[in-house]
Amino acid sequence: MHIVVCIKQVPDSAQIRVHPVTNTIMRQGVPTIINPYDLFALEEALRLRDRHGGAVTVLTMGPPTAEQALRKALTFGADRAVLLTDRYFAGSDTLATSYALSMALGRIAADFGAPEIIFTGKQTIDGDTAQVGPGIAKRLRYNQLTYVSSIVDVAADRGRITVERRAEGGTQTLDTALPVLITMLEATNEMRRGTLDNALRAARQEILTWNAADVGIADLLKCGLRGSPTIVKKVFAPTARAEKAEIVTAEGGPAALAEATIAGIFARAPAVEADLYAFARQA
Amino acid sequence: MAEATPPPASRAGTKKALPEKFQNYRHVWVAMELEHGQVHSVSYELLGEGRKLADKRGVELAAVVMGDSREALHRAATNAFEFGADKVYLVCDPVLAHYRNEVATKALTDLVNRYQPEILLLGATNLGRDLAGSVATTLETGLTADCTELAIDEEGSLAATRPTFGGSLLCTIFTLNFRPQMATVRPRVLAMPEPVPGRTGTIVEHPLELAEDDIVTKVVHFVADRDSDKAQLAYADIVVAGGLGLQSAENFQLVKQLAEVLGAEYGGSRPLVQKGWITADRQIGQTGKTIRPRLYIAAGISGAIQHRVGVEGADLIVAINTDPNAPIFEFAHLGIVADAVTLLPALTEAFARRLSVNRLAG
Amino acid sequence: MIDERFDAIVVGAGPSGNAAAYVMAKEGLKVLQIERGEYSGSKNVQGAILYADALERIMPDFRDDAPLERHVVEQRIWTMDDRSHTGVHYRSDDFNEEKPNRYTILRAQFDKWFSRRVQQAGAIVLCETTVTELVKDGQDRVIGVRTDRTGGAIFADVVILAEGVNGLVGQRSGLRPEVAPESVALAVKEMHFLPRETIEARFNLSGNEGVVIEAMGTITKGMAGTGFLYTNEESISVGIGCIVADFAEGEVTPYALLDAFKNHPSIRPLLAGSEIKEYAAHLIPEGGYKAMPQLVGDGWIVVGDAGQFVNAVHREGSNLAMTTGRVAAETVAWLKRRREPLDAVCLAEYTRRLADSFVMKDLKKYRGIPALLHHNKRTFFGLYPQLISKAAQTWLRVDGVDKVSKEKAILRSFREGRSLFGMIGDALKLARAWR
Ligand SMILES: Cc1cc2nc3c(=O)[nH]c(=O)nc-3n(C[C@H](O)[C@H](O)[C@H](O)COP(=O)(O)OP(=O)(O)OC[C@H]3O[C@@H](n4cnc5c(N)ncnc54)[C@H](O)[C@@H]3O)c2cc1C
Ligand SMILES: Cc1cc2nc3c(=O)[nH]c(=O)nc-3n(C[C@H](O)[C@H](O)[C@H](O)COP(=O)(O)OP(=O)(O)OC[C@H]3O[C@@H](n4cnc5c(N)ncnc54)[C@H](O)[C@@H]3O)c2cc1C
Ligand SMILES: Nc1ncnc2c1ncn2[C@@H]1O[C@H](COP(=O)(O)O)[C@@H](O)[C@H]1O
Repeated sequence: MHIVVCIKQVPDSAQIRVHPVTNTIMRQGVPTIINPYDLFALEEALRLRDRHGGAVTVLTMGPPTAEQALRKALTFGADRAVLLTDRYFAGSDTLATSYALSMALGRIAADFGAPEIIFTGKQTIDGDTAQVGPGIAKRLRYNQLTYVSSIVDVAADRGRITVERRAEGGTQTLDTALPVLITMLEATNEMRRGTLDNALRAARQEILTWNAADVGIADLLKCGLRGSPTIVKKVFAPTARAEKAEIVTAEGGPAALAEATIAGIFARAPAVEADLYAFARQA
Repeated sequence: MAEATPPPASRAGTKKALPEKFQNYRHVWVAMELEHGQVHSVSYELLGEGRKLADKRGVELAAVVMGDSREALHRAATNAFEFGADKVYLVCDPVLAHYRNEVATKALTDLVNRYQPEILLLGATNLGRDLAGSVATTLETGLTADCTELAIDEEGSLAATRPTFGGSLLCTIFTLNFRPQMATVRPRVLAMPEPVPGRTGTIVEHPLELAEDDIVTKVVHFVADRDSDKAQLAYADIVVAGGLGLQSAENFQLVKQLAEVLGAEYGGSRPLVQKGWITADRQIGQTGKTIRPRLYIAAGISGAIQHRVGVEGADLIVAINTDPNAPIFEFAHLGIVADAVTLLPALTEAFARRLSVNRLAG
Repeated sequence: MIDERFDAIVVGAGPSGNAAAYVMAKEGLKVLQIERGEYSGSKNVQGAILYADALERIMPDFRDDAPLERHVVEQRIWTMDDRSHTGVHYRSDDFNEEKPNRYTILRAQFDKWFSRRVQQAGAIVLCETTVTELVKDGQDRVIGVRTDRTGGAIFADVVILAEGVNGLVGQRSGLRPEVAPESVALAVKEMHFLPRETIEARFNLSGNEGVVIEAMGTITKGMAGTGFLYTNEESISVGIGCIVADFAEGEVTPYALLDAFKNHPSIRPLLAGSEIKEYAAHLIPEGGYKAMPQLVGDGWIVVGDAGQFVNAVHREGSNLAMTTGRVAAETVAWLKRRREPLDAVCLAEYTRRLADSFVMKDLKKYRGIPALLHHNKRTFFGLYPQLISKAAQTWLRVDGVDKVSKEKAILRSFREGRSLFGMIGDALKLARAWR
């Protein structure tokens, strides 16, 4: 079975700071990481490969430095890595990104066999759109399974897959035909630690590096800025919450403090109070 | 490399004149979310906001309802009118019994292509984000996901504002050159409008030409959250969580006990998962669940940024920590400088007492 | 199973390990470098001073693309009591030279850049991998390493231990003793974000000019140690460090010490309005020459902080680390070319080369200082700074008292604080240790 995982290198959002004067992002020293959500997708892919055989290809579109993210994925145990990089891709929004990635997936299919499953993360922590996966699925006419929490069964011989996915208000079990694109839900597995062999291989392995032409993109109007219908007009810092927490105090030990806390909660959130009483009456 | 024209100075979206084919796109639409007969509250919030946008543009507000039960759809339509819609597009078909991307995408894109709205809004729920993504790609238009604010700018375009970089920045995004302008909006950030009883409008029914046999994806099973024993952190109204400050796995029981009394979900910081006190699906934060409850109680959690980004969307954050300088007090609304191991049981008892009094009264 | 051999394995990717790996790779050796952090520099956050000379000898063109923050044009040395500082400032336009001599850097970025150069030179760098032990053969010769990843051992002709101050690998393998608490300082530091215009206005800087402040005095609450403040491009690194043994005696926590330092009336205005980015603690070996462990053995060499190569008086560390790394690498390459075995006898060439360099000469010169400061910490870090401040204030305050009386008062306060003999003794001891 051939599985492709799309991963993205992102700045560690936890370490992003906004310049107090200019309101721009201060990237100085902000490390990049693999989008944390993509790790759940990668681990799931590795597990499927371990169980069913085959190979896992990781694919990223990004600047040349995104190679680091790919090497890391190889360290975890991926078999092959592809970097899609071209200055024409700069400024891509989700539509342009999913277009470029789907073209790269076409080349991957031609060179290494069509993937039965393409994984993406649920969303990225910088873009946060959760659109790139569905965008790829639509373009490649893969069946789309978003927010998948567990892969129940893959019957490659029958060309079917059964998954559980997070739906509104509950969990759906869906059965559909391969090939599929799956966006994996977070906290569904724990990334493994690669072996020494994997780590050594990752350090040396050639990363396949393709540009727009390499993946057959003839129409550059579909790429980067020009291929992006959305335009970011303004970036600004949210008005910081000036006040810190109001500290609850009370004389007379934990019981009194508990009462004061509850009073504080109900004063600020009357709806919670009403809901709680409703819940109590139901119970 | 292909022989190259130099990269363009401007992007596709910035050109001023709207292409010919989009000239007739008019009106604001809200795709209502209607799972298992229930309308998601975000749909009403969107209708309230959509009403304002439509008025500003001087156009109609329409709601889209899709499902398999005519009765439920008409109920939803009645509600939509009361919440401000002028028109309702209704698609009723047995294949719409359960949400499936394939089916819903076809239904909604057909409607858009036929009736050509200029703005299309959905809730940023799992369903809404799943559907919006594939509809936008199919229509090859722009989509701004997970918005927190909508407006119409001086030129009449939709200005959609959303957080980015884990909430450290906001950005305002436009889709100038394509139609419809699509956005998904987070539940509970827009105000819930007041319904106007008796307000009505027109219903336009549209057929869905799709037979079950043509649909690849089958719903095998559906387990509603209320029938499941799995953690439902991301959707809970109240979440109680513990951190390393609880000091032992036994003390974590205190968190569970409070959660139980409140009918809440419980979770914890990442170190607790690593120590095996809780399962991975209960981790809250950047690499765990992002939660957005009405009330979040954090006991013995320092409030590291990776934790913070997962809980910041909570309406009310209450923190219990022995260290008055703990970072969690920077973003909590209510703080209690106390030992969680003694305060938690006191809270549980105090809540239980209040609730039982109320139960007797009720 | 790894059935592959390397010419050399370098444990650690700090300045010493990077220098060693780079030089050996450039010499055409097959090098594997192993780093436990996520990447080189990931454990070495925040600001530091880079002494250009040591790096220039390894990589003459480093200025082309190394992430350098500011070049230092002004050095301030302060003695402080609780409310004041008395300082020597040296600033010279000569430091605005084509190839500046000192830079402020952010280690996380600098080390990462250095590591990229190491990889480009052909060394294989494994990160997020911890060396757990050295593999020895029957004759107790080191022949490779074992890591915390599953999959066995890796072998090499020589292992270069560049694992930093409390490197456990050497210790666990019995190559060197545990570092004594008297020989190591614990430094805590923070990085404070400020817009570059603010920094430039506050410190009278233009372009990429930078300032360094080194401070001693009551800020260390009677412990042996120093505080520092470096200007980076868009941030300020501020920190303080004291001998671990002193921390163990006293009640003050390192963090409280840093907090007090930041709130000192001479420091606070320099940091005003900044946003703290990161807090980190790190050990610095300060035992000097006398604390130095055995440096070579059969199949192994020690470089950098792991060998106590730090000049605490001048706050030089990374330059000694890079120099020892380079010399070790050159020695290995030279021996390999001559087809000599990499045993203790041949590797002793490394110690001989170091003895001829500034590294050993400087460390030898200051060999008495660590003990001296340690045994007289209250005098040097508490009493004298207070006396100096008092003297300066008496002298500068215009209050109707005549200057002769002022001179007398100053002398008296010194004599009361520390007997005349005591003072002469301190001066002599210091001079002797300095010699
Ligand atoms: C890439 C990455 C991703 C991460 N993702 C996540 C994530 O998703 N979620 C997450 O939570 N963390 C995450 N972390 C870890 C995060 O950085 C913190 O280490 C973690 O949140 C700290 O957990 P804590 O607050 O429980 O523990 P600590 O930081 O140890 O804090 C314990 C707190 O309890 C207080 N305390 C002690 N005793 C008591 C008492 N008796 N009563 C009350 N209070 C007491 C202390 O004052 C302290 O503030 C991530 C880290 C990284 C590097
Ligand atoms: C607060 C502070 C300020 C300083 N300021 C300056 C300054 O301004 N100028 C200056 O020249 N010097 C300064 N120094 C000293 C300087 O940082 C050190 O001398 C220098 O970093 C030593 O380099 P090293 O390569 O020997 O060790 P390190 O930089 O400590 O590197 C050792 C590396 O080995 C890795 N490692 C350890 N054990 C293992 C293992 N078992 N397996 C794999 N990897 C391992 C570590 O993760 C680390 O990356 C300062 C030090 C401190 C603490
Ligand atoms: N540049 C990219 N390269 C590869 N995969 C990407 C890229 N951008 C997004 N993805 C994938 O698409 C998912 C959703 O991203 P987003 O739509 O940005 O939230 C991510 O989790 C990735 O798996």
